[in-house]
Amino acid sequence: MQTTKNPLLQVRDLKIGATITPPGGRPQDIEIVHGVSFDLQKGRVLGLIGESGAGKSTIGLSAMAYGRGGVKITGGQVWVNGRDILQTSGSDLRALRGGEVTYVSQSAAASFNPAKKIMDQVVEAAVRQGKFTRSAAEKRAVELFEKLGLPDPQNIGNRYPHQVSGGQLQRCMTALALCPEPDLVVFDEPTTALDVTTQIDVLMAIKEAIRDTGVAAIYITHDLAVVAQVSDDIMVLKMGDMVEYGTTEQIITAPREDYTKALVSVRSIDHQEKPAEGTPLLRVEGISARYKGTNFDVLKNVNVELRPGQTLAVVGESGSGKSTLARVITGLLPARQGRLSFDGRVLSPDLPARSREDLRELQMIYQMADVAMNPRQTVGTIIGRPLEFYFGMKGDEKRRRIKELLEEIEMGDGFIDRYPAELSGGQKQRVCIARALAAKPKLIICDEVTSALDPLVADGILKLLLNLQKVEDVAYLFITHDLATVRAIADSIAVMYKGEVVRYGTKSDVLAPPFDDYTDLLLSSVPEMRMGWLEDVIANRKMESAGH
Amino acid sequence: MIRNIPLAAMVGLVFTGFYFAMAILAPWIAPYGMAEIVGDVWEPSSPEHWLGTDNIGRDLLTRMIYGGRTTIFIATVATLISFCTGAIFGFWAAVAGGWVDQLFSRFVDLVMSIPSLILALVILSVMPVTVPVLVLVMGFLDSTRVFRLSRAVAVDITVMDYVEAAKLRGEGYRWVIFREILPNALSPLVAEMGLRFIFMVLFISTLSFLGLGIQPPEADWGGIVKENADGINYGIGAALYPAVAIATLAISVNLVADWVLTRTTSLKGGR
Repeated sequence: MQTTKNPLLQVRDLKIGATITPPGGRPQDIEIVHGVSFDLQKGRVLGLIGESGAGKSTIGLSAMAYGRGGVKITGGQVWVNGRDILQTSGSDLRALRGGEVTYVSQSAAASFNPAKKIMDQVVEAAVRQGKFTRSAAEKRAVELFEKLGLPDPQNIGNRYPHQVSGGQLQRCMTALALCPEPDLVVFDEPTTALDVTTQIDVLMAIKEAIRDTGVAAIYITHDLAVVAQVSDDIMVLKMGDMVEYGTTEQIITAPREDYTKALVSVRSIDHQEKPAEGTPLLRVEGISARYKGTNFDVLKNVNVELRPGQTLAVVGESGSGKSTLARVITGLLPARQGRLSFDGRVLSPDLPARSREDLRELQMIYQMADVAMNPRQTVGTIIGRPLEFYFGMKGDEKRRRIKELLEEIEMGDGFIDRYPAELSGGQKQRVCIARALAAKPKLIICDEVTSALDPLVADGILKLLLNLQKVEDVAYLFITHDLATVRAIADSIAVMYKGEVVRYGTKSDVLAPPFDDYTDLLLSSVPEMRMGWLEDVIANRKMESAGH
Repeated sequence: MIRNIPLAAMVGLVFTGFYFAMAILAPWIAPYGMAEIVGDVWEPSSPEHWLGTDNIGRDLLTRMIYGGRTTIFIATVATLISFCTGAIFGFWAAVAGGWVDQLFSRFVDLVMSIPSLILALVILSVMPVTVPVLVLVMGFLDSTRVFRLSRAVAVDITVMDYVEAAKLRGEGYRWVIFREILPNALSPLVAEMGLRFIFMVLFISTLSFLGLGIQPPEADWGGIVKENADGINYGIGAALYPAVAIATLAISVNLVADWVLTRTTSLKGGR
């Protein structure tokens, strides 16, 4: 955080506001960032961290004097290379955006134009800004592709965005941002949408590219462990206010504010695994499944068991078939082969053929709580419907039970008449949990229930689930890609890769060496909350591959 | 409540309310009998006949009031029929999928491939032209459009997790269609309803103008245009009154529909 005379980026007392129009009401002005200041020197990386709604993306975009949606910068100064960009406009601003300052967004897949080749899009800004001729820009792009570790750097630019993988596309976007030789790059959650095993490569590529090209960068993320790997300084934000601002080392090792401490120590739930005894509640035997109209199995001979009151975590990256397993167990996708048994009886593979009792005892909680609840129903209706449907409860009895359930999920009964739009993300997920609990199930399938939540909120949900398991003696089939979550909640673990269970057993067995190759890769890819972790992992991997 | 109504919606409400009130109160407020001949042919407006008289000397204001009653009543009932059938079958097709969807959708394609006015003329030329027959023919022909829209809307909603959750709970079609899908499909349907109502007004007016709609001496706006169309040659504006009435009704109903639309898009249950 040393200050020299001429920092590249100087932000002074930045205030950002937005105009919101509540339905049926008059437009209101609200302030979402309340006066934030910081400096960024050439070649340094500043990490902006905070939960959703903290204003981190908004602050990042202000370095380009841009407000997304109805957002506008209402006060303060943003100096880039010695001029206040909030006072410039028109052609000056256009020269700045995509020239001096560039941007890497969270979802490369949504940001690339699917109808144009990657190369055309990567060089576009550089050529348009007059920094390079087309051929020079292409040469630079190929160099960047090579530096970012993309396969076949000479020709990858001739492909269309859908012809490369998500991780590769994210690296292409980094190349796009670096191509015009900017002074500053804003990275907005560039690895959040990626699998851990892919994230590590992209992270390393970004880090090396920043180092080699000497640009300054703002790195926005909600994952402190990730930002610790790439940034020199970290600013912690909460609700549009700066909470703490310091060097990465100080924030990670000696956080001063309580909020930062909470962020650093998140995911430290200690869960003692229960012994694997008793007859299994759910038995999945030799299940294979494929989607209609395809000719390959997305699940191949899957065998797992789950005991009453315990948690089986199914881990894997996207496309490994873990959500498909949930669909097979719920009956949404009838299995092609194999047998499901539940509580000692055979479970029909097809949903319509299942008895109401089977349906009641097997409930599901979804990843995206906002779309898992009907926006037109109140919390009372959402939780009350299973009570009415399975137990025929009505009137006062039903209302009393709904209130009990709301107590159980640690929300007061004041929420009973609210609509989902009036709840926060964590509260929505809690209501979904209550809806599942209302059916008094023996098994709840949790499909990535914490992935869409901020770390502290996710922590609360996990603690709630663990408590409920003790009280209600319900079993969880917990689908996740996040190994920290697995450590916190699982009794047994199944690691899935390309439709197969590659490793299965109790938590202590699965997480102890010797590992198979895939589990090793998965475990070593989970970011750790310390500096230098990224380099260590990459160095280890290089050594191993050299040894082979 | 009143204070929150925007100006455009207020204008729409006033005009729509005015026309509907006229329609309902017709027998009490009309100055003369509906088919009573009270003066000369095409008299200009005077204190006795505010809008003048028509092609055979009936009071035009009276004809307009009774005509509005017929037109609005038929358009309303036909719109309701069209929405009930179209929306229910559309949602059903979306939720059930498979061959049910194919059957309904292809049948609707078949009906839609024939211009609806031509089809209506063919059907009405072989059927007795009474009000119930008119309403049913117009309602069912129009329900194909509503089917298309509601199916398209519902297909997007059926893939939402909350519908899947309802299916996993074991809910039947009734709950899924009326409690999960309908409330969320209401906004586009209401917007479409305003438009469809106006198309119905135009449809019945067109039919009457062609002589296959409301039969004389009953009045309706399309019929009044037809009866007085010749007057335009002599500089008599009698045919323009129903035209103005149709236009203002069309605009005001849609202003109201727009306003309802913004209210229903509120996710806090302001429907």
